[in-house]
Amino acid sequence: MSSHTSKSFIPPVARKLQTITLAHGSGGKAMHDLIEDVIVKSFDNPALALLEDQARFDLKDLVSLGDRLAFTTDSYVVDPLFFPGGDIGNLAVNGTINDLAVGGAVPLYLSCGFILEEGLPLETLRQITASMKKEADKSQVSIVTGDTKVVHRGAADKLFINTAGIGIIPKGINIAATRAEPGDMVLINGFIGDHGAAILEARGDLALRSSIKSDCQSLSSLVQAMLDVCPDIHCLRDATRGGIATVLNEFAQSSNVCIKLNEKDIPLRHEVRGMCEILGLDPLYLANEGKLLAIVPREYVERVMEAMRLLPEGQYSAVIGEVVVAPEKRVLLKTNFGGERIVDMMVGEQLPRIC
Amino acid sequence: MKYVDEFRDPEQAQKLLENISVLAKQVQAGKDRPIHIMEVCGGHTHTIFRYGIKQMLPQEIELVHGPGCPVCVLPMGRVDDCVALAEHPEVILTTFGDAMRVPGSQKSLLQAKAEGADVRMVYSPTDALSIARKHPEKEVVFFALGFETTMPSTALTVLQAEDEGIKNFSLFCNHITIIPTIKAILDSPDLQLDGFLGPGHVSMIIGQHPYLFIADQYKRPLVIAGFEPLDILQSIWMILNQMKEKRHEIENQYGRVVQNEGNHNALKAIEKVFELREHFEWRGLGSIEHSGVRVREGYARYDAERKFSIPNLKIADPKSCQCGEVLKGTLKPKECKVFGTTCTPETPLGALMVSTEGACAAYYSYGRMDSFESKKEATT
Repeated sequence: MSSHTSKSFIPPVARKLQTITLAHGSGGKAMHDLIEDVIVKSFDNPALALLEDQARFDLKDLVSLGDRLAFTTDSYVVDPLFFPGGDIGNLAVNGTINDLAVGGAVPLYLSCGFILEEGLPLETLRQITASMKKEADKSQVSIVTGDTKVVHRGAADKLFINTAGIGIIPKGINIAATRAEPGDMVLINGFIGDHGAAILEARGDLALRSSIKSDCQSLSSLVQAMLDVCPDIHCLRDATRGGIATVLNEFAQSSNVCIKLNEKDIPLRHEVRGMCEILGLDPLYLANEGKLLAIVPREYVERVMEAMRLLPEGQYSAVIGEVVVAPEKRVLLKTNFGGERIVDMMVGEQLPRIC
Repeated sequence: MKYVDEFRDPEQAQKLLENISVLAKQVQAGKDRPIHIMEVCGGHTHTIFRYGIKQMLPQEIELVHGPGCPVCVLPMGRVDDCVALAEHPEVILTTFGDAMRVPGSQKSLLQAKAEGADVRMVYSPTDALSIARKHPEKEVVFFALGFETTMPSTALTVLQAEDEGIKNFSLFCNHITIIPTIKAILDSPDLQLDGFLGPGHVSMIIGQHPYLFIADQYKRPLVIAGFEPLDILQSIWMILNQMKEKRHEIENQYGRVVQNEGNHNALKAIEKVFELREHFEWRGLGSIEHSGVRVREGYARYDAERKFSIPNLKIADPKSCQCGEVLKGTLKPKECKVFGTTCTPETPLGALMVSTEGACAAYYSYGRMDSFESKKEATT
């Protein structure tokens, strides 16, 4: 605790200027202080406070919640670290929670690995850990174990985060990309492309200004509410990189079916549409960080939609298409204009067109 | 959305399609093949596929996708030269986004970037000039490409650099001109084209007059068209009307943007900075006389080709590639031997698979509906 008292004598301005140095990753006192003062303090939970090399769980508690363990990991390298509607910490927590949630799991525990670039302001790290804690609390998830490494300037871009997550899947839930059946309907929980558009704008090289915010949010409560009214949801995935086009292609290919979308029913904000029009981008491929696509048996659609719309993260939910037999493994879009086209997997990155 | 939705109204589209259908039947009657209309511009190809217009048109009309995608028609040797420039340690190479993926004989700019070259995507040549201001210790080269649409902004950027006395900015100039290319297509012996959708944004700069020879000498109608789906349908209807009345004229559907005499200021800037090259090499079409421009002697200090030594090698198109025939309209994308097999958007062999505006790439991503439809018919 002596480190705390010594730090409290540093005037606030100087404290703001403190930066991460290689010493913070050396395994010595500086690292110990960083972990205790920033990380353990922010994440604040009993499992982490023990400072053992691993978190430990009672199996009995886990078994009481369901019959399968869900386990996932994801790394976060977003640039810039802070953007309208969120930051890398918010993403790192909700992204992994969402990967658990869309498997039908109740998310419980997260790990957190930081890779910090030498020179990162300590205050930045504090802001990010605070944001992580806030988001974890919202979904009643604990960050129970972690790791911190510091690399030379230039060896990483400011800060990278890896989170892994554990959740429990209740009995009777069987969500899989292979289960889409002709007759099922395709549901989404709101506007597409907000995150991708917000990041494009936040990078600042477009000289565009708008009010678009990332949709970065936890989908855990939403999924639970959906499963409460329809335990037999066939497919569920969050549409992150590659947008809704990519996820729907995955469903169509895994299930050997065709998914038919109606362009007019797909929720798209005016601002995002405007940005896509200017840059020649297709919103179906823009990234989201708080949107899920669900394939639901037709007879449950009304109940699921009602449950979704009751929650803020599902307020703008819509039925955007249906599953049909043929052409197999394809996603088709009925355009507002009256034509029909294929929505393919994206090749490479979406690049703005020349003219 | 204002000024967008008006041009995508499905009810208007239905009305136009009905009129097109009636006209097409009258015009095509007695012919042994469908009416072939070429959209010269890649932007039109994109609209046609994106909105599913191809499937909406009656079977009497076949659209042929022309050479108007500047990214696609760039020969491999020029991409190699650009990569060589990017790999100079003192160079920051700036480029439009979709030019990054175009394969050279060894690598694309994206690959060069991954290997450590400083390649940056910009949205305008003036962004490249800003980078030059910020990095006086570096040479900032702008990969200038496109038809007359993008030429004026490049020219004006050079003039601005001169005004400000910026010395570390130059162009790798690959600008091309549309008229000699249309002429080359019209001169091809196996030509089967009945009319043209003229490129809207090129015409905004050059006006209507440069197209007159198409009507006068080659007796084909051309309608300058906008880029929204209703623009395309209306322009097709206008072409059919000309054909029905046995007229061949240059008409302007895109009056809200294109003025008959073009844009005087833009043309002046082009004239000041650029001059015609004797020849320019096109991917898929070969060498075409007077089809490209270079930086004039007076602005040599802004010309990367003069500032740096570049390999300047000619690389032949792959033998199996039939882009030339597709460009001229004698072959459909799916009839090409390598379409969708060795030539795909991930590993493009030919020019037309490279950019999303290329006919084959558009066909591959959006258009493979035909095969489903014929399958459906066969099974029912």
